[in-house]
Amino acid sequence: MKPPRFAYLAPATLQEAMALLARHSGTAKLIAGGQSLMPALNFRLAGPDILIDLNRIAELQRVSIEPDGAMTIGAMTRHRRFETDTGIGRHWPLLKEAVRFIAHVQIRNRGTIGGSLCHADPSAEWPALCLACDAAMVLSSVRGERIVPAADFATGLFGTALAPDEILTAVRFPAPPARASWGFEEIARRRGDFAIVGAACRLALDNAGCCSDARLVIFGAGDQPVLAASASAALAGRRLDPPAIAAAAAAARREVPCRSDQQASERYRSSLVETLSARVLRQAGAMNGEHAHG
Amino acid sequence: MDERLDLTFTLNGELQHAKVQPRWTLADFLRETLHKTGTHVGCEHGVCGACTVLLDGRSVRACLLLAIQAQGCEVTTVEGLSPEQGLSDLQAEFRRCHALQCGFCTPGLIVTAHALLQETPAPSREEIRDAISGNLCRCTGYIPIIDAIEATARGRQAQTGRTERRSHGDQ
Repeated sequence: MKPPRFAYLAPATLQEAMALLARHSGTAKLIAGGQSLMPALNFRLAGPDILIDLNRIAELQRVSIEPDGAMTIGAMTRHRRFETDTGIGRHWPLLKEAVRFIAHVQIRNRGTIGGSLCHADPSAEWPALCLACDAAMVLSSVRGERIVPAADFATGLFGTALAPDEILTAVRFPAPPARASWGFEEIARRRGDFAIVGAACRLALDNAGCCSDARLVIFGAGDQPVLAASASAALAGRRLDPPAIAAAAAAARREVPCRSDQQASERYRSSLVETLSARVLRQAGAMNGEHAHG
Repeated sequence: MDERLDLTFTLNGELQHAKVQPRWTLADFLRETLHKTGTHVGCEHGVCGACTVLLDGRSVRACLLLAIQAQGCEVTTVEGLSPEQGLSDLQAEFRRCHALQCGFCTPGLIVTAHALLQETPAPSREEIRDAISGNLCRCTGYIPIIDAIEATARGRQAQTGRTERRSHGDQ
């Protein structure tokens, strides 16, 4: 239960980190908050020759918010900041509320949004939230920078679009709809455990209170979070009344593939998909556009 | 790879210089090298919370940090939250409420509860439950722990109230 031997490098700038990763790609591993990598090292499930620590790079912890709510979040921003930062909370109450579901406060004080996204656990909150908010990932390397939408960043169980020499440096959240509502819910056996299934929704409402755009995302069900496209489409132009919610939740159950494991059967997960979809849509409906941002 | 790195950090208010191996966790370094054995090591993978310490004032798992990552930081362990003589109010309430039996989880819970009360001086029982959800206790069933934290908060509120009344001259 002790980490294996490795060499430790702690660059102070992103330039330096990218150069180190390019030189050592394949033998080096990046450490962000370490809340998944450290257990893996302690268990010796991971054994990199070199550990490159991103914690001393100030530019990776930068957060900028535009007046319209569009936001760029440095990848080393810790989960806890989303709970306490009033600027983020004002524009992004969905993120503020949802982040509380991540593990326990000691983990949230250290763990980062970028680390969670790159680890890509199918039950993790951030990949689902980024998909629901249509966020995009900024990937940087000595070769340059590219932007990858959240939908293309996740590539299956613990898989991402990152090349071996690339670092996730920031996450870009586009401005939320002028009138938005949202919901977030997950089921775990105990507080702070990984979700068996979770759901997040972000809806844009028109002046009549009908959905002009809906994004319902399910996570924990399969190998990666999925945008429930049919369910989301079924809400278009409709009010969030009980029949609309029931129809969308049933559509989500039909379209989201579920896995079986020691935690829950495929059948139970499918049932949760429908139940949680209905709950998050009811939450969004009860909000009735009062929380003007997503 | 057995190279030693220079580490300078503040532990319970005192500046420390040490040479550490990259692979040492902060929890092991505190216990084995600095002999600060108040920080307990339980699961070594971030589940039990026995090794909780404060890093720059925020509660973290010392088994999920490398010692070298404390470079330039302020670390507070349970030793730093205990007076030279006797017990802190929080520790005294833990004793009074029977919030410990074997005591293995207690340092982590004291550190976690301390951080909670710094941020939220008058937490609800629900907030206390949520705050200690990352600390496992196999003896108490948690209720006495919640009682102790709640009693500490009440005691401090009463103390603050008395101080304020005195300062208004209406004692």
